[in-house]
Amino acid sequence: MTLVQTQAKGEVTIRDLTKSFPLDGETLTVLKGINLDIRGGESLAIVGASGSGKTTLLRVLAGLEEPDTGDVLTDGAPVHGLGRERAVIFQEPRLLPWLTVLDNVAFGLEVQGVPKPEAAERARRYIRLVGLAEFEAAWPRQLSGGMAQRVGIARALTVQPEILLLDEPLGALDAMTKMTMQEELTRIWHEEKVTMVLVTHDLEEAIFLADRVLVLPGTKGDAIRLIDVDLPRPRDRNDTGFVGYRRQLMAEFGLH
Amino acid sequence: MTYQISDTRVRSPRGPDIRATLARTAQRARGIFADYGLLLAFFAGWHVASVTGLLNPAVFPPLDRIGQALWNGIASGRLVGDIGISLQRAGLAFFAAVALGIPLGLFMGQIRAVERALDPILQLFRQTSALALYPVFILLLGLGEASKVFVIFWATLFPILLATIGGVKEVDAKLIEMARTFGAARLTTFRRVVLPASVPAIFVGLRLSATTALLLLIAAEMIGANKGLGFQVMNAQYNFQIPLMFAAIFLLAGLGLAANWVLVLLQRRLCRWNTARH
Ligand SMILES: Nc1ncnc2c1ncn2[C@@H]1O[C@H](COP(=O)(O)OP(=O)(O)O)[C@@H](O)[C@H]1O
Ligand SMILES: [Mg+2]
Repeated sequence: MTLVQTQAKGEVTIRDLTKSFPLDGETLTVLKGINLDIRGGESLAIVGASGSGKTTLLRVLAGLEEPDTGDVLTDGAPVHGLGRERAVIFQEPRLLPWLTVLDNVAFGLEVQGVPKPEAAERARRYIRLVGLAEFEAAWPRQLSGGMAQRVGIARALTVQPEILLLDEPLGALDAMTKMTMQEELTRIWHEEKVTMVLVTHDLEEAIFLADRVLVLPGTKGDAIRLIDVDLPRPRDRNDTGFVGYRRQLMAEFGLH
Repeated sequence: MTYQISDTRVRSPRGPDIRATLARTAQRARGIFADYGLLLAFFAGWHVASVTGLLNPAVFPPLDRIGQALWNGIASGRLVGDIGISLQRAGLAFFAAVALGIPLGLFMGQIRAVERALDPILQLFRQTSALALYPVFILLLGLGEASKVFVIFWATLFPILLATIGGVKEVDAKLIEMARTFGAARLTTFRRVVLPASVPAIFVGLRLSATTALLLLIAAEMIGANKGLGFQVMNAQYNFQIPLMFAAIFLLAGLGLAANWVLVLLQRRLCRWNTARH
């Protein structure tokens, strides 16, 4: 059985979502008629070929882009623009180079009007959670790529969102760091009980982290697909079940 | 709190010994020599060439005579008055330019329409030499202090204004977007992201402006002034007091170096994140 954490909060509902961009005087339809129910507390991975609209879908969920038609609802309430129940983690850590690790992590709370001492206190908790307690006073330029991304994750968690939206957060890391961070993300997701929507181009990462994997259609115009990952956690990348899912997902992209 | 990631140096348990101290002193001396050796050689060469007659000592007096003239000028209060009035002119113009240039630049860099509308006229003004406009300013403001301060102000305004606009426009849009995802209001984003990100560019502008202020100061004081270091350079040359002329020139150079030094120190204070070594 899958260990799906179900909870009332952090549900996302997508109804008949369409999004297109103007391109050389024509319109490029990137997302077409998407319907999806993301359960509260679940971990959903979105995979798809490059240019299939993964980032666009995530940006619409974040409220950074307005859909052409259709609706996005969180916990039943329609989404218009950005909202405090959602936090975004981008591929680049997007740290402010003039702030220390502590001040970077506290940044989200501070701009939301939380007093500085309280923000620092809460930030420390998440710095510990991502294992960077010793680096509180370091400058971003002194951090490795993996450490910087942990700081970005801590900053997003500090505002205690119900829904965490991640756009290829580990895409720029080396293979070893990436695997460590995947385990780290699983642990954080489990401890924080957030809904996690993870865009990735790494199929193994999707199987490792997700309860369900959404496969966006490619240019051939085939249908959107949703695959349940029915594997116990913690997951083992070499387990026969895991390998089976990898084969199945690769076949979706015509790979072997 | 003051954790240093990179401090892996190991101290000798017996504390610093003499040999280590000597070695460090020797290394520091070498460092100073590497930095200033050529400059010292330049002055030594000047002095020797002047004393031996290789250079005409009437045009390039030996350094001790320049030092003497400098001392006499300061002791008699004559050069002190010149320094005072020069600092007042350049300082007034510089601070006025900064007080106008930075806020205006921050505003223009933020709002595209304003920047677009003002850019052509800015480019025209910038390309028109301030010295060419000096006669116009004299016509408008008279030959007194006002026209002098204004011509310096005019020339000093553009470097700081353009650097600030550039700094604001270059701010990484991804950082601004990040702040927005946390619900930062426009003003908060400006204060917490745009402003600090522009500080290094603003400092480049400040240093350029300081250099420009001194350049224009000298030019303005050479025309229709009866006080100031620029005037003193011309006047001493006219009266063939060559050591005094060089004394005034060195004072001007010192002023420029001091202004730059203050700005560099200030920048280091404000941009510790930028200069922190690995
Ligand atoms: N702001 C935009 N303006 C125009 N076209 C865009 C914009 N954002 C994305 N696109 C286009 O939409 C398509 C999907 O992009 P994206 O969502 O980034 O794909 P993915 O993340 O799956 O690689 C691409 O063809 C891209 O060029
Ligand atoms: Mg993408």
